Amino acid sequence: MKPLIIVGTGLAGYTLAREYRKREPNVPLVLLTDDDGAFYSKPRLSNAFKDGKSADQLLQMPADEMAKQLNATILTGVCVSMIDPQANTLLVDGQTLAWSKLVLACGANPVRLPLAGDAVDQVLSVNNRLDYASFREALIGKRSVVLLGAGLIGCEFANDLAGHGFAVTVVDCAPHPLGRLLPVEGGAALQKRLEQAGVRFRLGSSIARVDRSAASLKLTLDDASVLDADMVLSAVGLTPRAELATAAGLAVQRGIVTDQMLQTSHPDIYALGDVVQIDGWVLPFVLPLMAQARALAATLSGQPTPVHYPAFPVTVKTPACPTVICPPALGIDGQWLNKTLPDGWRGEYRSTGGELHGFALMGETAIRDRLLLAKQIKDWLPVLPHLSTTECLPA
Amino acid sequence: MFRQYLCEICGHIYDEALGAPQEGIAPGTRWEDVPDSWVCPDCGVTKSDFGLCES
Repeated sequence: MKPLIIVGTGLAGYTLAREYRKREPNVPLVLLTDDDGAFYSKPRLSNAFKDGKSADQLLQMPADEMAKQLNATILTGVCVSMIDPQANTLLVDGQTLAWSKLVLACGANPVRLPLAGDAVDQVLSVNNRLDYASFREALIGKRSVVLLGAGLIGCEFANDLAGHGFAVTVVDCAPHPLGRLLPVEGGAALQKRLEQAGVRFRLGSSIARVDRSAASLKLTLDDASVLDADMVLSAVGLTPRAELATAAGLAVQRGIVTDQMLQTSHPDIYALGDVVQIDGWVLPFVLPLMAQARALAATLSGQPTPVHYPAFPVTVKTPACPTVICPPALGIDGQWLNKTLPDGWRGEYRSTGGELHGFALMGETAIRDRLLLAKQIKDWLPVLPHLSTTECLPA
Repeated sequence: MFRQYLCEICGHIYDEALGAPQEGIAPGTRWEDVPDSWVCPDCGVTKSDFGLCES
């Protein structure tokens, strides 16, 4: 019997494997990865410094134990060079592997800004446990860090590092932090709290060059001003790792295009997690990934199940300003209704009819309402009517 | 009365009534008695990323 093959052993690949095994204990299952295949908690990478955790301490289960637990074969350190969509095979380090169904859970790579200068190779990104190990090592003996990007990951790292005495400056071309998720008042509130925690911001600016200087690194901004830093960490977004799918002729736009069953343009190939584009969206967040893994496990065991995307509140791990954001779907006509609280800020995104479509909560008082508000929001990406008759898992 | 705690990162629920027998935590184990070394079985974050579900 040909196995189900999953490419990728990140949170997407392993969560799918776990959910699949709950339904199909015995179908042959193979997972492939180009790294060491260890299970670790990716959401912890951007604030593990405060817990004093090394990369090894973040490792929760090595690949051989995962293989035992999942009753699966896990091939680590391998390179998948080609998918043959006619023969339903993969080429892995020169060897041909046949699959019954294939799932692409290859994740995403950090976006690299097009920078000039002779120290561009010194710009780090942290997108997996091994990156985190390099980052921890590079921080030894350093004092100042410049973060490129004031998004979710950038703000989390900024708070984590500033809390440890590093001089942190965040540079972003947006006018306020979390520019894509928050209205200006919310962004300003978050910025103020992070500044009180010692983080400096250079907003409305971008970096043009990174060069070596005698003491450390010299960053030149677009207005020709200069910042000195011992280290530069880039967190400016992710780009789906869709090269294999593109080469195999699957439909790919920003990510691998799938329908609501996570089926690609090939009937036996599926995709989930950061690599996927659904209804025009890429959703590099944990909650949608979990919903995808549960639904896809059902689909792969013979119960076709479209993915429900309930409202997904995103926790921003910035202890200086505990924040939860439930972004409104794009294209919803509405406005932010803001309220400043003694210990924070609260915004509700409501349509003209008053219906709640999103929210942002900051501070201890506001975030208590996260569940209450999330329940009032309809499915974020509604299941298409012709799919909704199929049996669906509870949200 | 047993309480439930929600993983604010991935949505996993720890129900005190059910415990987490697969990880050696008996049914009926109170949240405060769950060891700090315990991690979310779905996404791996620590207890500090869980919040009480008030329904």
